[in-house]
Amino acid sequence: MPCRFETVRDLDTYIGEVAGLDEFKLPGPLAEYDCRNNRLALLGLYQDGFMAAVEAAIGRHGRRRVAVLLGTSTSGILQTEQAYRQRDPVSGALPDDFNYRTTHNTYSVADFVRRVFKLEGPAVVVSTACSSSAKVFAAAARMIAAGLVDAAVVGGVDSLCLTTLYGFNSLELLSPSPCRPFDAGRNGISVGEAAAFILLERPAGSLDADDVLLLGAGESSDAHHMSSPHPEGLGARKAMRAALSAAGLQCDDIDYINLHGTATPGNDAAEGRAVAALFGDRVPCSSTKGATGHTLGAAGGLEAIISALVLQQSFLPGGINTRHVDPGIPVQYLTGNREGAPRRVLSNAFGFGGTNCSLILGKAE
Amino acid sequence: MKLSAYLDGIGMIGPGLDSWIAARPILAGSTPYEARPIAVPAPQSLPLAERRRAGTVVKVALAAGYEAVTAGRLDARQLAAVFSSSGADGDNCDALCKTLASEDRHLSPTRFHNSVHNAPAGYWGIATGAMTPATVLCAYDGSFAAGLLEALTQVVVEGTGTLLLAYDAAYPDPLRAKRPIPSAFGIALALMPARSAQSLARIEAGPTDDTPGTLAEPGLEALRRVIPAARGLPLLQALAQACNGRVVLEYLAPLSLAVEIEACR
Repeated sequence: MPCRFETVRDLDTYIGEVAGLDEFKLPGPLAEYDCRNNRLALLGLYQDGFMAAVEAAIGRHGRRRVAVLLGTSTSGILQTEQAYRQRDPVSGALPDDFNYRTTHNTYSVADFVRRVFKLEGPAVVVSTACSSSAKVFAAAARMIAAGLVDAAVVGGVDSLCLTTLYGFNSLELLSPSPCRPFDAGRNGISVGEAAAFILLERPAGSLDADDVLLLGAGESSDAHHMSSPHPEGLGARKAMRAALSAAGLQCDDIDYINLHGTATPGNDAAEGRAVAALFGDRVPCSSTKGATGHTLGAAGGLEAIISALVLQQSFLPGGINTRHVDPGIPVQYLTGNREGAPRRVLSNAFGFGGTNCSLILGKAE
Repeated sequence: MKLSAYLDGIGMIGPGLDSWIAARPILAGSTPYEARPIAVPAPQSLPLAERRRAGTVVKVALAAGYEAVTAGRLDARQLAAVFSSSGADGDNCDALCKTLASEDRHLSPTRFHNSVHNAPAGYWGIATGAMTPATVLCAYDGSFAAGLLEALTQVVVEGTGTLLLAYDAAYPDPLRAKRPIPSAFGIALALMPARSAQSLARIEAGPTDDTPGTLAEPGLEALRRVIPAARGLPLLQALAQACNGRVVLEYLAPLSLAVEIEACR
């Protein structure tokens, strides 16, 4: 939708705004955590029987043995942005009811989710811009492998705020129309917001055919620039290769790639080069950000869920809004859904500061 | 469940604690602690443009990181990195919020990219050329212990040397009143999977219900209580005393992190 978020009237761009958050209230005992980000988090937890699944995991493993590892980039900073508008005209002080710890602080959402489930084990927020909620899978898998915990609530929550809208505007990266990843005429991102939660658990002895496995995660750094990717996608290539190696797989074992695909000219070109260098044009790929917008710190988790749906529902999603696939990017980009029986899917998430993470999910068989 | 690693290098910077080398006799109790403002060096390793853009929090993280890597005779390009901070760049956050609350909301692109929690990790990569994995964490007041736990997990599970960089910077007013961190502070630990000639100690950590330990020296204890990164000071004090022992660090109360230390020399 055209951007009419909060008091923003001067940005010519489209956003993916979750409806009803302004009216959604946190229940009494959680009220001190009230901010847009934690409201979105709770709304996310309420979906798809997720809370019951976590309670069942707690029943199996205990409150100490279920970790909370979540990604966010801006947490509840909207609360601080609004508090700055209400500074005391004389002293400059922020309003009394502003609570930094439970809203703005980067850890707030993991603290909140830990509180929702009365968990008592390890918890942390990973905040590496737009790779945040992909990297939590790697961290959680390590904690489970090390024997620290038996399960983890992972994923990410990022919500609309002025910092990101005006920030991406300052970099001239906001698209004036719904974003068109990998289109020859792509012209920037559409900022979105999302809560994405996944319960990650050490595989049980017997698996259902519908179960989805985290087969591998790969992480790397560009060591190149704060806000532009390495032009040849060197860091991206390293992350994808590390994920393949962690999963013990070859390039030809991947059936679909969910691209980071933000729809900025530079990001898509760099990612396309990296994908082409490893996979050629043999693997169907698409970015789902045309449908969701770029949900920043929640994107890795959101796209891991889309990747899981791809495996469970046996189809390859076409990227929407893209009309003319950039002929300069030699990958097999899907603009329409395709039937198939993908068994292994790779999902990319890259971010500011040159941070890269690739996940490989597979069907239990 | 306990996780272990060899500690090959230590870096530190804080008020009255200019480096680990300078802080060691203070923490060991042989030199008195004198509180004075932190002296943060400019990161010479950064290209000039990035050096100009880097805020205090980046400089503190890089100073501690370099000291640990140099002391351990390590190559930063071979180490994974775990950054952990309660709040990252407070000055930058204040400047952004002030602009966004004003009539003209146009932000500077540099302010925006410096606002991400992982800015120090980005600058570290540019400074060192490290293309290895780098993660960036926050666990409010438990950020030091959360970072140590993640770094040890990486050493144990991935089998790679991992540099922990835990740091904080002060917020200016009006945020300072809501989050009163009085000074920047940084600790870096180079944690390795195998013992080397540089190894100072073997450490082993795991969750515990024990109460976090305190420091006898009032000035140092004051730092520990108000700066999340300084919650690691009991560990550094034990290392400065170079004897075997056990410390308990604040994590997610009532959950704490116990660290057992076995000196290598």
